Amino acid sequence: MYFLKRTLFLLPLLLVISFLAFALVRAVPGGPFDRERKPASPEIERNLRAKYHLDQPLWQQYLRYLGGLLHGDFGPSLKYRNHSVGDIIAQGLPVSIALGTAAFCFALGAGIPLGFYTAARRGRWGSYAGSLLAVLAICVPSMVVGPILIMLLAIKLRWFPVALWGSPWHLVLPTLTLGLYFAGRIARLLHAGMLTTLHAEFITTARAKGLGETAVLLKHALPIAVLPVLSYSGPMLADLLTGSFIVENLFQIPGIGVFMVNSSLDRDYTMVVGLVLLYAALLLVLNLLVDFACAALDPRVKYE
Amino acid sequence: MHPWLRTLGSIPGAAVCLWLLAACSVAEPKADLVVINGPDPQTVDPALATGIEDLRVINGLFEGLTRYDPVTARPIPGLAERWEISRDGRVYTFHLRDKLIWSPGQPITAGDLVYSWLRVLDPRTAAEYAGQLYYVTNAQSFNNGRLKDPSLVGVHALDSRTVRVELNSPTAFFLDLCAFQTLAVVPRQVIEKQGDQWMRASPLPTSGPYLLDGWRLNYKIRLRKNPYYWDAANTRLDLIDFLSVSAPNTALNLYDTGQADVIWDLTNIPNELVDELKKRPDYHAFPYLGAYFFRFNTTQKPFDDSRVRRALALGLDKKRLVTQFLHAGERPADHLVPDGTAHYTPAAGLGYDPDQARHLLAQAGFPGGKGFPRFHYLFEGSGGGGRIHEQLGVEMQHAWEEQLGIHMELAQMEKKVFLAAQNHLDYDLSRSSWIGDYNDPNTFLELFRSDNGNNRTGWKNARYDSLMSQANLQTDPARRAALLQQAETILVREELPIVPIYFYAGFTYFNPARIQGIFPNILDVHPPNAIWKVERREAEGGATSAVHH
Repeated sequence: MYFLKRTLFLLPLLLVISFLAFALVRAVPGGPFDRERKPASPEIERNLRAKYHLDQPLWQQYLRYLGGLLHGDFGPSLKYRNHSVGDIIAQGLPVSIALGTAAFCFALGAGIPLGFYTAARRGRWGSYAGSLLAVLAICVPSMVVGPILIMLLAIKLRWFPVALWGSPWHLVLPTLTLGLYFAGRIARLLHAGMLTTLHAEFITTARAKGLGETAVLLKHALPIAVLPVLSYSGPMLADLLTGSFIVENLFQIPGIGVFMVNSSLDRDYTMVVGLVLLYAALLLVLNLLVDFACAALDPRVKYE
Repeated sequence: MHPWLRTLGSIPGAAVCLWLLAACSVAEPKADLVVINGPDPQTVDPALATGIEDLRVINGLFEGLTRYDPVTARPIPGLAERWEISRDGRVYTFHLRDKLIWSPGQPITAGDLVYSWLRVLDPRTAAEYAGQLYYVTNAQSFNNGRLKDPSLVGVHALDSRTVRVELNSPTAFFLDLCAFQTLAVVPRQVIEKQGDQWMRASPLPTSGPYLLDGWRLNYKIRLRKNPYYWDAANTRLDLIDFLSVSAPNTALNLYDTGQADVIWDLTNIPNELVDELKKRPDYHAFPYLGAYFFRFNTTQKPFDDSRVRRALALGLDKKRLVTQFLHAGERPADHLVPDGTAHYTPAAGLGYDPDQARHLLAQAGFPGGKGFPRFHYLFEGSGGGGRIHEQLGVEMQHAWEEQLGIHMELAQMEKKVFLAAQNHLDYDLSRSSWIGDYNDPNTFLELFRSDNGNNRTGWKNARYDSLMSQANLQTDPARRAALLQQAETILVREELPIVPIYFYAGFTYFNPARIQGIFPNILDVHPPNAIWKVERREAEGGATSAVHH
């Protein structure tokens, strides 16, 4: 029942978000056609604005936009005048999804074992080393990690290409650059989750019953300790799927991350609203799925 | 096994699947030439294009009546093989070549040219560079919407191979304009069917040496040799890729690992490495038709007084500024029209004279800088991770503080906010640059006419306007150049609504032992069909000599 209500709320929520984005991006000073060189006559500017209906009142422009949305048309891009917003997203989103999913898998695949290890070996030097690694992964920004990886693995060792996209080899360095931070976060989250869980009563009970430490850790503590990681995964996945500006810029990957930043700087109104809607929809849906998963997995959690 | 472990184990499994999936991308043939073009082209529609990165690609796709000579960038016959100009310089009659075709059975006609130009002028196209055609009679009225009948615009097809153009006044650079991207010939048959999305048509007929083989935004544009181009025999490379690379370090990495053959534009190499890269034979810098300057807001006190403006110009040692920060081949500028502009000797500017500067400032009522209000220098972020605008601003601030005793604040803004402020004359001093559209002083000097939208200084000078108008009515090139020089003298010696700082350097980066056909011309245009690779030639030469032995 609760989840049904949440699902129904999605649509009105997206509508409000679309209107806010629509209005805010037009309120910012500077327009999509402001350039260092102005057109030769004010009429040219007038023609431009008329073509994209920018001379109409805001509510009219918004209604026109909504009408387009109903047909699945996000409007033409104001910067890439031969492309529509839908085209650009269709070109770039699969690439960002591929990269984001790879980074997601890497983050979980490296972060969960690391966090588990540092919690299981707490107090020993192995745990401290592991924690240090995790913290380093969080603190060193991708702007630094990326060039270092390129320098070592692509230029010196020539194992991978320096940039661009197209083969599995092109996927490795961007995945590492993008996923390292999240791997560190997940490791720390799981570490904290494990330590908290290990103090719970049902763990004491399991130990009292005579269960081996491995069984206690893996079968009883881990499924509960991993729940914060699960909650974090939702927004993390939404973030990863819509592309990272830094990584896509550095490796020149044709995803939509670059557009998310550049569209605001270029005042490409339609592109901004389209991307905001995409990101919002992803975030809302993923959060919903995560909450659903949490409720299903943790018998203690009940939503009304 | 615990269900959790199974779930965890599926993650590396998913990763491997993804990896393999990514491998399923279709392998495409390697290009003959890979060029790092710089920022992503926004469009390759000649009527809509504005940036130089757009032009570089369009240069290969669509041609106009004239085209650029790869060596000198002067206009040479393109789709038109010859032309006649009337005595008064107002009427041009162009004769198109024989047997021009879009594709077999579809000739390129004079009607196509007229259609292309009228499309640029049509208000519904909303072409930003429609102004390039305003020299044609009735063009501006048609673009403004005041004239509804396009057949009254001064461009007509006399027959399928003859075009007659009527101009408002003699225009010395009109043939240069005909080579400019906006005036290129586009396929009417496709546009009329597909409207705004016509570039997605497949096949897409083009009037230039190449076809559009693929266009991936923020990544790559692929050009394939057009077999129906009139000069296809001289197009040496079959496949050319233009890469859009935004990070200069990535561009250099791609070049050094052999994934790119050419880089052009200085913004595409890391500024900090210029001194190092200059030592390599790949580095080519040359004079360019671009100027870096700053504007005064002449509607604001005390910058309404030309003595103040002259004082600030005289107090700036531009040679020092350039040698300190700009090592790529830029030159200090005392006048606005870059050196090397065709058929023109630039005016002499003011130079560096701090004593005279102090004297003028005192005359204007601010002896030793006393009483001079604090003022701001507006600029936007310097692209490509550099800080050149800021660095030059700091130097200017320091120089004037020391020499004149006046205090300037720096105000960096986001690009669009900066442009809005400049447009509304909401500044004291603001940074500017201008790249010429064609090789003639007019492209710079017309900016400061009283009615020009790119003036943005509030400066209005009737004598300047009259000199410019007179110059552009002149058919005698020597007399015209003299008049333009007089106008420029007012601009850079007497009135100074702007202060020029330096001239840009054109830049190409390629290995001349492997690649030829890229020449250092002042417009920095490099028609793709002139470029060729040396190794191919060597292979051919080797094979022939083997046969002869």
